[in-house]
Amino acid sequence: MKEIGIIVCAKQIPDPEAPLSDVSVNAETQEVVVDAPPVISPFDENALEVAIRLKEELGAKITVLSMGKKVSDTVLRKSLVAGADELILLQDDAFEKLDSHSIASALAGAIRKIGEFDLVLTGRQAGDWDSGQVGLILGEILGLPCINLAREIKVEDGNVVVKKVIPEGYERVRAKMPALVTVSNEVGELRYISRTKMLKMLKGVGSIPSWSAEDLGITLETLQKMGIMTLSSPPDMRRDCQFIEGTPDELSDKLAAVFKSLR
Amino acid sequence: MNDVMILGDVKEGSLDIRTLELLGVGKKLAGDLGVGLSVVLMGDAVSTVAEQAASYGPDRVYKLEHPLLKGVNPDMWLASLQQACKQINPKIVLLSHSLIGMELGPRLACRLNTRLTTDCIDLSIDPEDGLLLRTKPVSGGNAISVFKCPGEPQLATVRANVFDPAEAADGNGEIVDMVPEIDESMITVESIEVVKEEVVALDKADVVISGGAGLGDEDGFEILQDLSKALSKSFGSVMIGCSRVAVDKGWISSDHQVGLTGTMISPDIYIAVGISGAIQHLVGMIKSKKIIAINTDPGCNMFNVADYGVVEDYEKVVPALVKRLEELS
Ligand SMILES: Cc1cc2nc3c(=O)[nH]c(=O)nc-3n(C[C@H](O)[C@H](O)[C@H](O)COP(=O)(O)OP(=O)(O)OC[C@H]3O[C@@H](n4cnc5c(N)ncnc54)[C@H](O)[C@@H]3O)c2cc1C
Repeated sequence: MKEIGIIVCAKQIPDPEAPLSDVSVNAETQEVVVDAPPVISPFDENALEVAIRLKEELGAKITVLSMGKKVSDTVLRKSLVAGADELILLQDDAFEKLDSHSIASALAGAIRKIGEFDLVLTGRQAGDWDSGQVGLILGEILGLPCINLAREIKVEDGNVVVKKVIPEGYERVRAKMPALVTVSNEVGELRYISRTKMLKMLKGVGSIPSWSAEDLGITLETLQKMGIMTLSSPPDMRRDCQFIEGTPDELSDKLAAVFKSLR
Repeated sequence: MNDVMILGDVKEGSLDIRTLELLGVGKKLAGDLGVGLSVVLMGDAVSTVAEQAASYGPDRVYKLEHPLLKGVNPDMWLASLQQACKQINPKIVLLSHSLIGMELGPRLACRLNTRLTTDCIDLSIDPEDGLLLRTKPVSGGNAISVFKCPGEPQLATVRANVFDPAEAADGNGEIVDMVPEIDESMITVESIEVVKEEVVALDKADVVISGGAGLGDEDGFEILQDLSKALSKSFGSVMIGCSRVAVDKGWISSDHQVGLTGTMISPDIYIAVGISGAIQHLVGMIKSKKIIAINTDPGCNMFNVADYGVVEDYEKVVPALVKRLEELS
């Protein structure tokens, strides 16, 4: 069987799981500032993991697309070490704080430029703006069948067969490829890559292609910003915590009393 | 027409609470703009819910009935919703941020060439230009952002459990039949089977005991089950929740997940066992009346939002607590 082409869209974001003490809000620049190294958005890592499993099972060529004003290839190179075949950065000053539709249009431009593919995978939402739109809009722009919130993905006879999350359980659905699927965390985490392996393999990675808006044939006027009016800190969530202390037996006595008082 | 239009969710033959919340905020926005409120209902048979919706006092209820709208096939729903938007020509369209709303919203925005803001917790009208001001938590909840976007209709999905539901009134909105122009050839994703699983209705629980990475393994949830059993003798309904990491590790199914991408709940008591208190988890449980945290790390963030804290290995304290509760009962 012919090897399938999988495109994974993976975004670099400030670490959404950084300790809260390292996170602050800059209302002026309208940015959430995270004092920790950036990461690949977690659900995009789930999408990458799915792609790698399909590659192991059926053979596939995996291309990772990552778009932003400035993408650090050191962050994204992890995808190559994990098992992707190619990484393409879409970088341009004009790509800052774009709305979902503009991002999806640029990704669509890149995918058309790549040409042949069978499956486009994205995370269900990115952990910075939590918008959950780019994948589905991308599918619409490319005119692909779209499947949202996959918890398991298989490829059979030119079809993608997905267990998608629905309120009452899951639905097994099938679409003819090429198709777009957004991936949820139930598929499992990206495989663990040891630091030594990472460092060793990174050396073997050559230069990473980077495409600008111009390379993608995008006229800047068509790009729209996301329209932020204000960005502010959330309401304070703190409560006065009453610590309960003692040996486990004493603790359970005191906790039982707490439950009694809450009845 | 210039209506505010909402898409209704039907659950077990009746309007979902989320739809009542949409009716509530939709009515307010329509009032501010001085325009009408329309409800769109889709399904294979929605006459009864249409009457129910009409009683809440919208101006119009559009009924789109078609055998292919049974269940939720996104292709069919999207085409019908797009058609409804074309015919109603609304100024604002609101969907709930439910699984189906999450899926329809972005695709509808693309087809109508407008911009969507998802998971909004506040909506108002900018008096200057009449556009929708869309307030949305970002970065998991680390910040709150207000967006304004061009395009018509103005489009948003709305977070559950934030807006007050509309009160039942003796309204009698006009019920209008609209014939969906859909056929099977438009289906691009075919349903093979719907598999119903036992899913917990966490939002109905009085007490939720949640476990996280700190449980160490799957068996930890058995210890939480024992606590659940012991507490259910004194409290109404006690259910098991979890953090995302517990799901990622395969210890428990994702319907138990509390948080941004799980269920958002506000039980009387929330017990967080071995959960660090990441922002994406907190937004799902911060409205709990009382929060009890059990964690070995005195510096963990969960203690910042808890009412009661126990710094101890859960494997020591929870079984002892279960024993004590059993002695007392
Ligand atoms: C876009 C996005 C969406 C997300 N959505 C969600 C969501 O909906 N829900 C969610 O939960 N997370 C969500 N997350 C993940 C979230 O950021 C955290 O990674 C996750 O909540 C951490 O889970 P945890 O607290 O169980 O694990 P950890 O952060 O690893 O915490 C484990 C805790 O257990 C304690 N511990 C260890 N051993 C013991 C012991 N023996 N006894 C007691 N305590 C012990 C540790 O001190 C630690 O505090 C999301 C993340 C992103 C980026």
